[in-house]
Amino acid sequence: MSKDIRQPLESGIIDVVIIGAGVVGCAMARRMTLDGARVVVLEKALDVLDGASKANSAILHTGFDAPPGSLEQRCIADGYRQYLEEHRALGLPLLESGAMVLAWTDEQQQALSGLQAKALQNGVDNIQPLEAPDIARAEPALASHVKGGFRIPGEFLIDPWSSAHSYLMQAMANGATLHRGTELVDGHFDGQSWQLQTSRGMLVANQVISAAGLYGDVVDQRLHAGSRFRILPRKGQFVVFEKAASRLLDHIILPVPSSSTKGIVICRTIFGNLLVGPTAEEQQSRDNASTDRQTLQALQDKGIELIPALAQCEVTATYAGLRPATEHADYQIHHDVERHYTSIGGIRSTGLSAALGIATHVAGLLQQHHGMTRQALPEPRIPDVDRLSSYHPRDWQSAGHQGIVCHCELVTRREIQAVLDGVMPPATLQGLKRRTRVCMGQCQGFHCSAELAAMTAGRLEIPMTLDERS
Amino acid sequence: MNQDSNDTAAARPCDVAIVGGGTAGLSLACRLRELGIEDVVILERESQAGGVPRHCGHYPFGLREYRRLLKGPAYAERLRESARQAGVRILTGTSVTALGQNACLDTTSTAGSERWQARRLALCTGTREGTRAQRFISGQRPLGVLPTGALQSLVYLENLAPFRRPVIIGTELVSLSAIMTCRHLGMQPVAMLEESPTLRAPAVMRAYPLLKRIPLHLAVSDIRILGSQRVEAVQFRDSSGQQKTVEADGVIVSGDFRPDSALLRGSHLQMDAHAGGPLVDQHYRSSDPNCYCTGNLLRPVETSGWCWQEARQTAAIIADELQGRHHPGDSERSIRLIPDTSWLKLVMPQRLSPEQNANAMQHLQLRLHRPVRGHLVFRSEGHTLHRQRLHGRPEQRILAPLKPLMDHVRNSESDSPIHISVELSVA
Repeated sequence: MSKDIRQPLESGIIDVVIIGAGVVGCAMARRMTLDGARVVVLEKALDVLDGASKANSAILHTGFDAPPGSLEQRCIADGYRQYLEEHRALGLPLLESGAMVLAWTDEQQQALSGLQAKALQNGVDNIQPLEAPDIARAEPALASHVKGGFRIPGEFLIDPWSSAHSYLMQAMANGATLHRGTELVDGHFDGQSWQLQTSRGMLVANQVISAAGLYGDVVDQRLHAGSRFRILPRKGQFVVFEKAASRLLDHIILPVPSSSTKGIVICRTIFGNLLVGPTAEEQQSRDNASTDRQTLQALQDKGIELIPALAQCEVTATYAGLRPATEHADYQIHHDVERHYTSIGGIRSTGLSAALGIATHVAGLLQQHHGMTRQALPEPRIPDVDRLSSYHPRDWQSAGHQGIVCHCELVTRREIQAVLDGVMPPATLQGLKRRTRVCMGQCQGFHCSAELAAMTAGRLEIPMTLDERS
Repeated sequence: MNQDSNDTAAARPCDVAIVGGGTAGLSLACRLRELGIEDVVILERESQAGGVPRHCGHYPFGLREYRRLLKGPAYAERLRESARQAGVRILTGTSVTALGQNACLDTTSTAGSERWQARRLALCTGTREGTRAQRFISGQRPLGVLPTGALQSLVYLENLAPFRRPVIIGTELVSLSAIMTCRHLGMQPVAMLEESPTLRAPAVMRAYPLLKRIPLHLAVSDIRILGSQRVEAVQFRDSSGQQKTVEADGVIVSGDFRPDSALLRGSHLQMDAHAGGPLVDQHYRSSDPNCYCTGNLLRPVETSGWCWQEARQTAAIIADELQGRHHPGDSERSIRLIPDTSWLKLVMPQRLSPEQNANAMQHLQLRLHRPVRGHLVFRSEGHTLHRQRLHGRPEQRILAPLKPLMDHVRNSESDSPIHISVELSVA
């Protein structure tokens, strides 16, 4: 059971309370903890990564196409650099696929030079222009009507969930506390510290950092009586193809963005599938990430248009994510020196790449304005992390795994048990899926649902079955 | 296939390694032993062999095989017992992770990773239902959306109910099985939705949902699942286009079976891109002559009795070959069967080889995408080889004799494919 959902909140003054355990909140918790602060993370959902960070395209971007000079570009570049530096120590996978920006129409081809110039401005100076024959040689499965493009060697694929989990678990291993199922309701700043009212009691904090994603403006309203941005949820739907499809492609295939949309990406996933998406659909709801048959069909058709052999590949999964866009183009990170409040808003689709950079940026603001240079932990502990990349050794390949439970994704009894008994056990089946990949494969639970229901009985906040047996 | 594991440990030998211990795998193994094949090994990934019948807690199973009317679990037990008595080695909890050429394969189990070197492989990995994702069913992703197979294993293996009032999507035979499964633990389906204009289950079964007082909606569109944590409702447009919402706490996504071919799709074997299974000839032989395929892996979906019989014939062919009574001959020559019409969902076998074993398939098996009334026509190089009346609907077993086609294959020098088309009757 997820104890943190029932445990009483901390008494005494917390150095930093972080609101929201998406990838940004997780990276923020890690940064502040490693810098020596006492950190508490509040997450209103039953599990971490339940909002905007639940679903994305899982690419580690260089930021080559971000607006030059923007905060977003700086955070992506720094986050990218940090991930490359830290991933091995943290046990996080990296698939060095590289990306190609490809033009399929004359209009797109005309836009290529501008994009390359922008990349240079952003310090991405190793891009390689490609002619159609180069592209056909490097990616023979692509449709032949490609006109040209360029290669960005540094765009990579990562595990979007294990990375965030590992950031947060490293914070927890070094003293931070997580409270899931705990919503921030209200707060009062008395000139010295914050009295925070949550759905599960009061907390006193010196600094508050909101990384509330899709609810960023709502949290700002509650604590700050106003927000400098308005969240405009933008939905992105994806179609994931079977593992055999991943052999059709090496590079991440990026589109040339038009004025209206960034366009559809096709790439492998680090779990060994092939992904097509996202769409960009503005909507009101901050929670409802529905998929639509027509849109999914259009995505599938788009995939087949660019990679004809996809017509013979089965679909594995479909999903949708919500990006917390705002009325502004850039990230909205605002620090109120007087009120000890930092709002991190408008972290759209690039949050996964930028998270470590955003955390460093915000830690810098606190240091600059409040002298929060604490004693950095001399030897921070590094937690074990789920190793789910199909391009790296998996648990089933090592002795003593106690047998396979999920046959599609080769998830072992040992790794499921370890996650259930771990420091941040899943509270929902969704959480278990993100931590282990059960039910994420071709059969979507046809084979392992029964055993999973038995294994998770009494362990999940939302049980898989109604009548839980003891 | 990982070549490294080849060097580190000696491969375990056997005569025939069978992947999958369901009806087909167990039947095949038994028959191979009866025919004198010594070392027959079943690699079964579940904790118990028996396959899908293990969690079909209802009749009718076993009529053809045991001349008894059995429920699924009892039938699975009979199959296991027959295999044990025949001296088949059944290794449970053993997942095959890769198929190699020359009849070798890699496994992992609690004992660790191993390589097997067999004289022949037989793939009997069966079938599973199409998932919600594969059918692009719209809506949110709450807990409580399950295929029938998962529901059955929850109910019959774990005695657990995932919901109380589910909506069933689909009206195939298995969808009716979902109703029975629900009733076993007191769940009451609140609606049954079908996108086709007619029920897909066989005619004799069509009154079943009504008997059980389950509202049946045919020709529905825009099915959408609602609910944030758990399923809360299912929305759809009925045949008149009117939007309806049914409150429900679960969704059973039933039917739309497809070969469980994930292992094959990552291998060197040629696949039938259209039907999703392996490409086989009339001897159940895949594109790799050392590798046979039988049972529901070949085609979605047949009864257990059918698979049992099919596997016995496959066993006879394998035994003939291993014991030198039959030679696959020059596998260079084979004639492709090519459906020229979008009406056909499946044509199996997909190729014919000129040699003929007494136990080879006698019929071509076909399936339809949509109901059809007309004629099936087989042509090669403009000549009509065979023509038969076709009056069928999806999921219905459709057979065409192989004899006229085999006569052509044997008498003709040409390797041109045989084209299959459908001539619709004029209404």
